[in-house]
Amino acid sequence: MYPEYMHKSIRKVEKTRPERLKLARSGKAIFPMMSAEERQEVLDNFHPDYKKDARKKVRIGPNKGVNITTEVVDELEAYSRIKPDYFDLKHPDYETDVLVIGAGSAGFSASLLAAENGADVLLVTKLRIGDSNSMMAQGGIQAAVRPDDNPVLHYLDVIGGGHFDNKPDLVKALVSEAPDAIQWLQDLGVMFDRNEDNTMLTKPGGGTCRPRMHSARDYTGAAICRTIRDEVLNRPDKIKILEHQPVVELIKDDKGNVAGAVLYHLENKNYFTVKAKATIIATGGFGRLHIMGYETTNHYGATADGLVIAYRAGANLLYMDSVQYHPTGAVYPPQILGFLCTEKIRGLGAQPVNSNGDLFVHPLEPRDIEASAFIRECTERGMGIDTSGGQVGIWLDSPLIEKLSGPGTIKKNLPAMLRQFGRFDVDITKDPILVFPTLHYQNGGIDINDHCETSVKGLFVAGEASGGIHGRNRLMGNSQLDIIVFGRRAGIYAAQYAKKAKIGTLTLSHITEYDKEVEKIGIARTHISPMILPDYTPEAIKKRQYTTNYQGTLR
Amino acid sequence: MPKNVPMVKVYILGEGFDVPEGSTIISALEYAGFQLTVGVGCREGFCGACATLYREKGDYKLQAGLACQTVVTDGMNIAQIPFVPAEKPIYDINKLDPDIEAFKTIYPILFRCVGCNTCTKICPQDIEVMDYVQALIRGDIAKAADLSFDCIRCGLCALRCPAEIVQYNAAILARRLTGKYLLPNSPDLEARVKEIAEGLYEKKLQKLTKSDTETIKKQYYDRDIKTV
Repeated sequence: MYPEYMHKSIRKVEKTRPERLKLARSGKAIFPMMSAEERQEVLDNFHPDYKKDARKKVRIGPNKGVNITTEVVDELEAYSRIKPDYFDLKHPDYETDVLVIGAGSAGFSASLLAAENGADVLLVTKLRIGDSNSMMAQGGIQAAVRPDDNPVLHYLDVIGGGHFDNKPDLVKALVSEAPDAIQWLQDLGVMFDRNEDNTMLTKPGGGTCRPRMHSARDYTGAAICRTIRDEVLNRPDKIKILEHQPVVELIKDDKGNVAGAVLYHLENKNYFTVKAKATIIATGGFGRLHIMGYETTNHYGATADGLVIAYRAGANLLYMDSVQYHPTGAVYPPQILGFLCTEKIRGLGAQPVNSNGDLFVHPLEPRDIEASAFIRECTERGMGIDTSGGQVGIWLDSPLIEKLSGPGTIKKNLPAMLRQFGRFDVDITKDPILVFPTLHYQNGGIDINDHCETSVKGLFVAGEASGGIHGRNRLMGNSQLDIIVFGRRAGIYAAQYAKKAKIGTLTLSHITEYDKEVEKIGIARTHISPMILPDYTPEAIKKRQYTTNYQGTLR
Repeated sequence: MPKNVPMVKVYILGEGFDVPEGSTIISALEYAGFQLTVGVGCREGFCGACATLYREKGDYKLQAGLACQTVVTDGMNIAQIPFVPAEKPIYDINKLDPDIEAFKTIYPILFRCVGCNTCTKICPQDIEVMDYVQALIRGDIAKAADLSFDCIRCGLCALRCPAEIVQYNAAILARRLTGKYLLPNSPDLEARVKEIAEGLYEKKLQKLTKSDTETIKKQYYDRDIKTV
């Protein structure tokens, strides 16, 4: 139930609903799409990336002098968690053909394809396998399958949504392998939603020119992730799994190639070394850095670990000045502040409206545009709805969905959303949802080519940790696609590389060198990275833990 | 934290801690100074890592929920379950048929179900767990897949089952068999995969990758938009 003070505004939404319903049924655009100029204006003035202090120049490493998101620079300009001299690299604890770091859908796809291509795989992860952003994706996965759609249109949508900054070869790979990715997932047993005539059910997403979003109710990411996880678990002969053991550094050889990694066991505090012929980073993004103080949709472990260790090993980053804020993060109730409210809600016809119940933006602009328009409505225009907890939001008029498509549509298509809000006594079939942009996705990442290779030999990257596919803004449903297409590619090319790779003497000298650089710019010794996990311990408690040694955020 | 937030007392490993009213179990644990490395995952109710047992004040009943989705009450007693040592049989999905035989072979334990409904009562997703187990016993794989669809693999059903059934693992097999064999093939999808394999779009895409930004921009802003 919404508190009494919000009821006045909800009644205004109800009052404008019949008119807006008529508009939606008319088939015409319910609000004009922005022109290129209007888009730039709203981004310049309201997107958090464009705020003063949002970015700064990184002073060390391969991208020295490049503008990068401030919180990311703070992770890059930090000391290693380990002392290289401590490790006996002549006797690694594990040896494998392909090391896969990260157990979301990118890591799973990579593991499966590497195994199919003859490699022995070691899959390591910080949390349990599958506890990832992949599992949390709700709305869908894009693929140009409908007869009135095609990969060329998909290509244009991707590159236009990314502000034309995307790497063309990566976009081409993404869109041309999309239908095959859907076929692969279906053959593994993912239950995609169908139309009555057996064709795939597809819905529009922000910035798509055709309904191209394939879904599995609103558990699309979970349906995909748990299916391929089950397949990974069925290959114990080829894929060995280590859980609760994040990678804290990469190991190189005397030729300068990546040749494995150092693991840290979060429970028994052991460090382990892995010697690998090829290494794939599939560690996901950075939501738990809480950039610009934003709440996040991301899982507990999304702390940019892969980015940091790859950077120390000499890999180039791309577009790390660009952060995605999902337009519709939950604002009320406070327990789910910042949680994802899938874009599929708008795909099904829900409209964003202000405190007067009036439309102010097309519901399906690309995410950065849509989010900026929400921020403008709540700040400059003062048309947001305030909560007693000091938050502000606009309404996402979800009851409209059932007016448009009949009762039961929400239960059938958005069971996760219905359950999420239902747990806190908000019925989204009857009342609108209060939303505000929330930190969602790392648009940039480690620079890769279409073989998922980085600027360092032996190091491959797939999924959110990589950069270039989505330019400076990803569209809905292209992340689920990206992790499958490039996860599979990384697996194939890493396995091929591993067959020929000759590893030299193992070394961690790059860590020693990098730490010297950090020291030169005067960083305090206590500042270390990767973060591994965020720390939510209250300050008062920390004071009482006076014999506790904090290594960064970890005790 | 603002001073005016009312506090409630929760018991973690039997010891009382004052935490802000309205906290979820996860935020209560963190507020009390516990740094979580297991029993925590997505924090939004999708991954199933944070299964937690609790008992409310004055109640004898042991209840369960997801720590990230359950709001604490005054006097609540909390114990997290970070890991479920359940059996996960190995199989080749390509060598199975979507029928009762698959489950007789791989999950014979299903047939020990005593129909007590404990699994359904404990499920934090409100899934009709016992009903899908019964559907599997009848060989109705598609029904089991449908009923179990929202499972997040927290493992609470298996932990409480007096017949030692591993419901949630059997459910993923049911869904995979349904997705692979029982749902109809999409004619559009098959046609498009074939077109791409034959190279139908290759030249056009090649040309796009070589086009300058102005040309692409024009094509982008000129494209017609269909929303249905």
